[in-house]
Amino acid sequence: MSLNVANIRKDFPILSRKVNGKPLVYFDNAATSQTPQQVIDCIVDYYSGYNANIHRGVHTLSQEATDKYEEARLKIQAHFNAKKSHEIIFTSGTTHGINLVANGFSSLLKKGDEIIVSALEHHSNIVPWQMLCERTGATLKVIPMNQDGELVMSEFDKLLSQNTKLVFVNHISNALGTINPIEAIIEKAHQVDAAVLIDGAQACPHIKPDVQALDVDFYVASAHKMCGPTGVGILYGKEKWLNLLPPYQGGGEMIAEVTFEKTTYADLPHKFEAGTPNICGGIAFGAAIDYMNAIGFDAIANYEHELLEYATEKLLAIDGLKIYGTSKHKTSVVSFNLEGIHPYDVGTILDKLGIAVRTGHHCAQPIMDFYKIPGTVRASFAFYNTKEEIDALVEGVKKAQMMLS
Amino acid sequence: MTIQEIQNEIIDEFSMFDDWEERYQYMIDLGKTLPLIDAQYKTDDFIIKGCQSKVWVHANLEADKVVFTADSDAIITKGIIAILIRVFSNQHPKDIIEANTDFIDEIGLKEHLSPTRANGLVSMIKQLKMYAVAYQTQLN
Repeated sequence: MSLNVANIRKDFPILSRKVNGKPLVYFDNAATSQTPQQVIDCIVDYYSGYNANIHRGVHTLSQEATDKYEEARLKIQAHFNAKKSHEIIFTSGTTHGINLVANGFSSLLKKGDEIIVSALEHHSNIVPWQMLCERTGATLKVIPMNQDGELVMSEFDKLLSQNTKLVFVNHISNALGTINPIEAIIEKAHQVDAAVLIDGAQACPHIKPDVQALDVDFYVASAHKMCGPTGVGILYGKEKWLNLLPPYQGGGEMIAEVTFEKTTYADLPHKFEAGTPNICGGIAFGAAIDYMNAIGFDAIANYEHELLEYATEKLLAIDGLKIYGTSKHKTSVVSFNLEGIHPYDVGTILDKLGIAVRTGHHCAQPIMDFYKIPGTVRASFAFYNTKEEIDALVEGVKKAQMMLS
Repeated sequence: MTIQEIQNEIIDEFSMFDDWEERYQYMIDLGKTLPLIDAQYKTDDFIIKGCQSKVWVHANLEADKVVFTADSDAIITKGIIAILIRVFSNQHPKDIIEANTDFIDEIGLKEHLSPTRANGLVSMIKQLKMYAVAYQTQLN
């Protein structure tokens, strides 16, 4: 099934704006995706129709808001194929979900235990595990990567042992776009009874993960990378694990009964949802998932792959251009440099031409250190991008090269 | 020349450019041609870490004037540094402390001094002023 991209583009008001006098070419989708009118309408409807605090009020607005919020949870449950709706915890985003799990494990780990992470991580995602190790005396081990930007699985096998308690890997690398073999990672980790947390932030815009088929213990994602608003995301956790972990934050919503002597925690999912959540964001996340499913993830993946192949071929035709992350298994991300030219300079010229890319180390300094580069120019494509926009990028890169060399 | 006079001169020069391309080409050429800092100062001791491009700054007091040298690994950043050095170097510390950088806006390069650019330039200007404050104390 092919996409009607011209029609899809009409759903995104921002795509018709100009930047520096040029039509916007938005290729920073891996940082945040754009928002379709359907999701914007959902946000407007919430604030103009039924804005209220949820789960407590007896009044109509509160009932309506609660119903919509819980309806969104069910949509998300269905999307990720979670067995139970209370296995879906609303968070403020991927980072929040990771911290929630890391914090929970601090009561389960002891000295001598080991946590395995991958060399392809966003460096901000390495920090919660370092903090966890400092608190518990556990040790952090790293699965190395190869020149193509793939994890070296034979090294992973060597790292696994009876001491391994938790494995944390991103589904897809944000800097390079590599799709990691999480099925194999989960299976092998389970053989030593280690839990697995997968960061799905970069995967969910392209792939529909089935958490039951994956048999993953925890999976985190952010709404804003999949056509939803910022400040909301989810943590999926298997019921048995969520019951095992202590609450992360104290506050309203997460309690059953409070006296000064003792507090009884609420049941799942509320145990992990202290305070007033991002109600509108959660509901809009549901709308974003509806929007993407209506287009269809198979169609999205096929079209984005076509964009990736087109961009790779056209960019590689430029003399002195090198692409980082050359795995056969990658999503629509092209991370590249021009020989002898700093990525910041390329990004600056492209911005002048109305082309939005990301430059820098993409919060993945260990990867940049591996390649011994200060950073890359990263163009990341979404299903609403076009080959004509890639042509504009290619022309822009040539112009930058001409001006800068 | 005073800092203000140099700034006015730069504004005049930039007013001759018709579009962004000419402005940027000028800065790129500045960035390419100027040797900005002695290699011995291009070390971590003199680095200002931006998230994206690195900037090195060195200062020296000669008589009652501060002489700055600086460099960057990104060429557009280096071009802007060349302009900033032209404005601030060889000036009295007191004048450096009191000077503003509004001219950057007038020559159409304001976006490079936005904190979100993370190119080290905002920190660089802060660093230039810090050196001036230090030398001013020394002169008093």
